[in-house]
Amino acid sequence: MRPSARKKVDSIPISAQQNAYFVSTGVLYLYVKTIERAHSPAHMWERIKLSNSYAKALEQIDGELIHWPNFTIHKCKQRVTKITQYLIKMRRLKLRQQPKLIGVKKKLDRREAVRERKALSAAHLERLIEKELIERLKSKAYGDAPLNVNETVWQAVLDRERNGGDNVDAEAELDMLDDETDEELEEEMEDEWGDREFVSDISGDEDDDLSDLEDAIDEDSEESGSDEESGAEDDDELLEKSSLGKRKAPPKKTPKLRPEKKTKKGPRVEVEYENETESIPLSKSALANW
Amino acid sequence: MATSRFEASQIKNKIKREEVVRKAKKAKNQQKLQRRLEQAKLEANDPSLKKKRLAENVPRTLDNTRDFDPSILTADPSISQTQDELDADLANDPFASYFTSVDDPSIPPKILITTSPKSSKATYDFCDELVGVFPGAEFIRRKKGKGFEMGRIAGWAADRGYKHLCVINEDMKKPNAVTLVYLPNGPSAYFKLTSIELTKQIFGHARATAHYPELVLNGFVTRLGHAVGRMFQTTFPQLPEFQGRQVVTFHNQRDFIFFRRHRYAFRSTEKVALQEIGPRFTLKLRWLKKGIPAVYRFGEDPRPLVFDDQLNDEGKDDSNTTEPLSEHEKPTKTIPPKQDEFVWAWKPDLETTRKTFFL
Repeated sequence: MRPSARKKVDSIPISAQQNAYFVSTGVLYLYVKTIERAHSPAHMWERIKLSNSYAKALEQIDGELIHWPNFTIHKCKQRVTKITQYLIKMRRLKLRQQPKLIGVKKKLDRREAVRERKALSAAHLERLIEKELIERLKSKAYGDAPLNVNETVWQAVLDRERNGGDNVDAEAELDMLDDETDEELEEEMEDEWGDREFVSDISGDEDDDLSDLEDAIDEDSEESGSDEESGAEDDDELLEKSSLGKRKAPPKKTPKLRPEKKTKKGPRVEVEYENETESIPLSKSALANW
Repeated sequence: MATSRFEASQIKNKIKREEVVRKAKKAKNQQKLQRRLEQAKLEANDPSLKKKRLAENVPRTLDNTRDFDPSILTADPSISQTQDELDADLANDPFASYFTSVDDPSIPPKILITTSPKSSKATYDFCDELVGVFPGAEFIRRKKGKGFEMGRIAGWAADRGYKHLCVINEDMKKPNAVTLVYLPNGPSAYFKLTSIELTKQIFGHARATAHYPELVLNGFVTRLGHAVGRMFQTTFPQLPEFQGRQVVTFHNQRDFIFFRRHRYAFRSTEKVALQEIGPRFTLKLRWLKKGIPAVYRFGEDPRPLVFDDQLNDEGKDDSNTTEPLSEHEKPTKTIPPKQDEFVWAWKPDLETTRKTFFL
């Protein structure tokens, strides 16, 4: 006495109570049970294949269940509607590319986190980067007039190359001086990155630079120590002026050479580098050369 | 005294035992210290001794005892490949066009950065940082809805002159993977993404400028490693702006690729000052595919029936068919493949020993 629309997928029951089945092929059947066949359970159910077309299937149900109560007919039609809808949805989902889900492998994650930590500590990243940069500087990868190098440093690199390592003590001296000024420089760097301007200025006045270099080379060839010192002192002055703008300017050796520059404030470091040649007291040898 | 006659562990009195052990340990440490001081004195007089000692006592690490296996694209570069072969390899790999192209080297390659669908804030923040890192990068939100598969987006981007597609994947509301696609023809690489630290989380970080950074690519030795390294190289403009003094590092150590960005200043001929700009993150290669990501077109119509004689006719009329192509407005439309072709994929079984590395 119980008709029902059913579907099958590999004959796996969704719910045992309703005897509902899913169909992988997407074929709908109407199952009708009648009391007349109750003596043979094997044949108790009558299975009627429904049409693929939804409208025809509804008509079929009407025709097959002609003397059944309206309520049952309605229920069967509802079931057909629902099954048709989810078949459509299933097909549509299959056509689309779905994101692939991958299990979380906790143990693997943990292991890799540990290995990553160890690899990081074995890498000595900063040390390597420093080494690489120094190498690039020395191999002249930055060109003949590098924009990213302090002039004194570049001079030292050139000297070193020329003398083939005679200059080690001078370098050491320079290094020490630099150490002293490091903190100030870093302060300056953290405050404002004014150095961009300073670099571009150098690139603008390349002839000045060249004369600088010549001067320095001249001096260096004859008295190696003195120009380094004076240059370094000069550096210190520059730093003080640039980084500590609020302080009174310390008394300078050559204040009258650049009065208009002193009025400028802020991180415009370019000023100092322009005048570096003038600020270096001309030594006897240099004068003689002129 | 007592230690020479019998083991300290044999002493039954705990206090005595501890005392003996302590004394023995102290004596041992003293001995070691003396030895080291003597050594230091010797080496101070004669620096060559120190050099010799350092040359002899090289610690064995995973890095210098590494296994090279030719079967998995990790042939030892120092032995098997000559320089010519390597050059030929590099000239023929998919990235060669970047290095040989006649485009203005000061124009940064365009990169499209997007996320996986339904991303959250952490991922967007990370994307913002990436946009700051790559000079030619542009972030576009991942579109909602159907038909925005990665392969389709890649094709779309390739048609619009993008050189890379970078998709940040998100899981549990955190970015967990990066897919980097070289356009228009691949390869595409998928990296696990960990240890992200954004710029503002780094203490004492510097501020980035818009200058093109220098690149440091460290430790990419195998063929697979070269491919990955060159892929990263192509994301940056060929000509750095040195006045910015920024350096971007991709360092490969034991297959982990560490990303760092610094500002540097040369202090002397031996010393560089570094200040980190950020962000930091770590990548680990999971797979490398040959083309751009595949789009599985299940719902596609079957190809129309074509008969043999028709095919022959078309072959004959080649001159006719070329004309409409030239008239066509967009002759180069990048279509994603239907099947993925893996160059290399990581599997747990590959890591049979801890000395096996692939990059």
